[in-house]
Amino acid sequence: MIEDTAITEKGDLTINIGPQHPATHGVLHLAVTLNGETIKKVEPHLGYIHRSIEKMCESLTYRQFIYVTSRMDYLSAHINNHACALCVEKGMQIEVPERAQVIRVLMDELTRIASHELWWGAMAMDLGAFTPFFHAFRERETINDIMEETCGARLTMNYMVPGGVMADIHPNFQRKVKDFIKLYKQKIKEYDELLTGNIIFQNRMKGIGYLSAEDAISYGCTGPTARGSGVSSDIRKLYPYEVYDKISFDEILENEGDSFARYLVRIREMNESLKIIEQLIDHIPEGDYQAKTKAVLKLPKGEFYTRVETARGELGVYIVSEGATTPYRIKFRSPGFSNLSALDHMARGSKLGDLVAMMGTLDLVIPDIDR
Amino acid sequence: MWSFHQIADFINDWLNQRFNPTWVTVIEMIITGILVISLFAVLGLVLVIMERKVSAWIQIRLGPNRVGPKGMFQSLADTLKLLVKEGMTPTGSDKFLFNLAPYIAMIVAMLLMAPLAFARNFQMWDMNIGVLYITAISSVSVISVLIAGWSSNNKYSLMGAMRAGAQIVSYELSAGLSILAVVVLTGSLNINEIIQSQANGWWIFKGHIPAIIAFVTFIIAVTAETNRAPFDLAEAESELTAGFHTEYSGMKFALFFLAEYVNVFIVCALGAILFFGGWMPFHIGNWQGFNHVMDFIPSSIWFFGKTFFLIFLIMWFRWTFPRLRIDQLLNLEWKYLLPISMFNILLVTAMAIGGWHF
Amino acid sequence: MAFLKSYLMFIVKYIKEVFGAVKSLAIGLRRTMYYFTHHKEIITQQYPDNRATLNFPERFKGEVVMPHNENNEHRCTGCTACELACPNGTIKVITQFITTPEGKKKKAIDKLVYHLELCTMCNLCVVACPSDAIKMAQTFEHSVYDRGELTKILNNPGSKIMEGVE
Repeated sequence: MIEDTAITEKGDLTINIGPQHPATHGVLHLAVTLNGETIKKVEPHLGYIHRSIEKMCESLTYRQFIYVTSRMDYLSAHINNHACALCVEKGMQIEVPERAQVIRVLMDELTRIASHELWWGAMAMDLGAFTPFFHAFRERETINDIMEETCGARLTMNYMVPGGVMADIHPNFQRKVKDFIKLYKQKIKEYDELLTGNIIFQNRMKGIGYLSAEDAISYGCTGPTARGSGVSSDIRKLYPYEVYDKISFDEILENEGDSFARYLVRIREMNESLKIIEQLIDHIPEGDYQAKTKAVLKLPKGEFYTRVETARGELGVYIVSEGATTPYRIKFRSPGFSNLSALDHMARGSKLGDLVAMMGTLDLVIPDIDR
Repeated sequence: MWSFHQIADFINDWLNQRFNPTWVTVIEMIITGILVISLFAVLGLVLVIMERKVSAWIQIRLGPNRVGPKGMFQSLADTLKLLVKEGMTPTGSDKFLFNLAPYIAMIVAMLLMAPLAFARNFQMWDMNIGVLYITAISSVSVISVLIAGWSSNNKYSLMGAMRAGAQIVSYELSAGLSILAVVVLTGSLNINEIIQSQANGWWIFKGHIPAIIAFVTFIIAVTAETNRAPFDLAEAESELTAGFHTEYSGMKFALFFLAEYVNVFIVCALGAILFFGGWMPFHIGNWQGFNHVMDFIPSSIWFFGKTFFLIFLIMWFRWTFPRLRIDQLLNLEWKYLLPISMFNILLVTAMAIGGWHF
Repeated sequence: MAFLKSYLMFIVKYIKEVFGAVKSLAIGLRRTMYYFTHHKEIITQQYPDNRATLNFPERFKGEVVMPHNENNEHRCTGCTACELACPNGTIKVITQFITTPEGKKKKAIDKLVYHLELCTMCNLCVVACPSDAIKMAQTFEHSVYDRGELTKILNNPGSKIMEGVE
């Protein structure tokens, strides 16, 4: 774990990065101890956007608490809602119809692409290339338009309910998603031209922030952070939920463990999500979009846990129920929290300019960490 | 066809009829000073709006388009805003040096305008060592950066200023060597002679391979000299500090800002003079008819057109590439650009002696 | 001659590096030049000049409204299902007792108080309503100068419930 004792010597500088950032990560406060230009310790201070979501959920019923979880990791809002709905369904043994499952997976994968787009643009902007940000948002806006038509909102959609989805998909949904697939295949080549193949970018990312596979497991990193070090951790493959076991897609693994490997993992994951959408969009089965449930949901006494794969890693929802209409305790295992704990280990010994590149590849969304 | 030098000659004759020669010199110097200052102001406005529009079109958005037709008066509004801002001097700073630093930057920029030839026969000071003068005076600009960083009493400004100082000093070598390539081909440091030698074609075409290598290293080196584009670590907004001009606000910041854009103009003007012929129109060898047609366009339009093309090139670099880290920057200079420039000098000398250029 | 060979290999590697770097940079430059010259790719929408042509999808969740027909009638029975479904107390239903034409005392809606400043547009109230009385409108310009304007009464004054709605 962290070798903390007595590493600061006389003459070391402690500076604060944040909480007000020019970068887009959110309110993160890092206390960095420097020796000249070399980093000796990075200490994240959290809690600037703690809104006590878990406590709030104790006074909301099982239908009501889903909307507030969209605000946790707002870039993968659908996936958060999905996780909560899955946990409630597991507790009440509700069977979700096939059509609802496919719609949920489609929305999840679209959200994953949108989240990775924003990650790509924001990371490019942190490194000084301002143009890819706008190009990434152009694609993200297309996805947001699709969401707006079906779900009614662009960022905090609140579309999943225990039992299925809140409303059926709009008639234009299939056509628009197909147009998006065609558009996206052209644009993904531009991303490689602009950033991935660029020699300056590669020099800033290769060899920076090495995280070995053992360290990734011991810090609890999941998602693309761990997959960039070769640790297989895709929940969609290991513990499949919904229709993930019936479609074919690859889990992207890279063995290098540096920032460039994590970057490549995310870029290729966008392609995999596109493959999943392509397989499902023409085969949405007919049926109900919502299972029939009682008006007032009451989970039986006990503890229930589900896990899904968000764009950042593994999100776990743990509900302790005493048989009432509101949960006794909800705990969210957020992926960002564990990924951030690896930052100290990765950053020791590098230069200050590399810290920005490393934070970019960890893909931190601070409301997810602080809940 | 009107031309600048006819206007200048006319004013000169008119003044000579009225006053005795000393007074004429003094009045002409005052007129030149006023013209240079107004050129700075106009350049600042034009370059700011050009940068914003170019960056916007590259980023698939519109630039400023509310203030004035197509947003042309945006920089005027920005200048007014900067002028009425409060210019704070931090306590504990060295007041004299803090106030001095922006003025040094501006003075250096103004001095550099002297040997540039804006149009045919339209130069402030036609001296024998024009190119050497430019490289020498531009080295003084690093002093303003270091003074600004030191006197701000801010450890982040100091870090940024030291980085900027190291960067500028290193890249002057490559810039000087690439300029030397053209000087070897011409055989003279005089700006006018360099331009006249391009009467049958620009050096970038006549000097083929070595001139192209020299041009590429020149563009990279001057982008680093002016702290722009992929080399702007010293003033990076999304890294830790805002560089050596963190503590400056209001009028003093406007002076730094203006000095940066004018520096870009000056180095691009130098590039245009050395590689693209300055005010010389586009002539091809001995095709008299074509050359005659090209001569119709006034020489000042040629000069400014070429300079603005190079300025566009530098802006294009800025909005396409990510930033380099400080050690990668110095790595690039000492391990790649400097050896290539030195090898290029050998090539160019061999070419000039052997007469293998056009 | 191994020394000379390794020297030559170093030169070849060096030149290849330089050319590869310049080529990757040139590819990026070509892409941005494409966007610089093709202005039809610009997707900026000039709001607020384009208010007349803005069209929002019908499911867009702007604010909750209660539609009334031409006779100023609505469908709300005062069952308070929306108030129970709302997660943060945005809706308050105030009921009253009225006498129907048959002479019976029936519970009916007096005021449906809707706090726009608290609403998160989660759509749970619309889904919970058994008689389709409320729906989401597509207005999005909610800024006001006075906070009192954000507390809205959803049913029009003097309106009553439509016939046949339960």
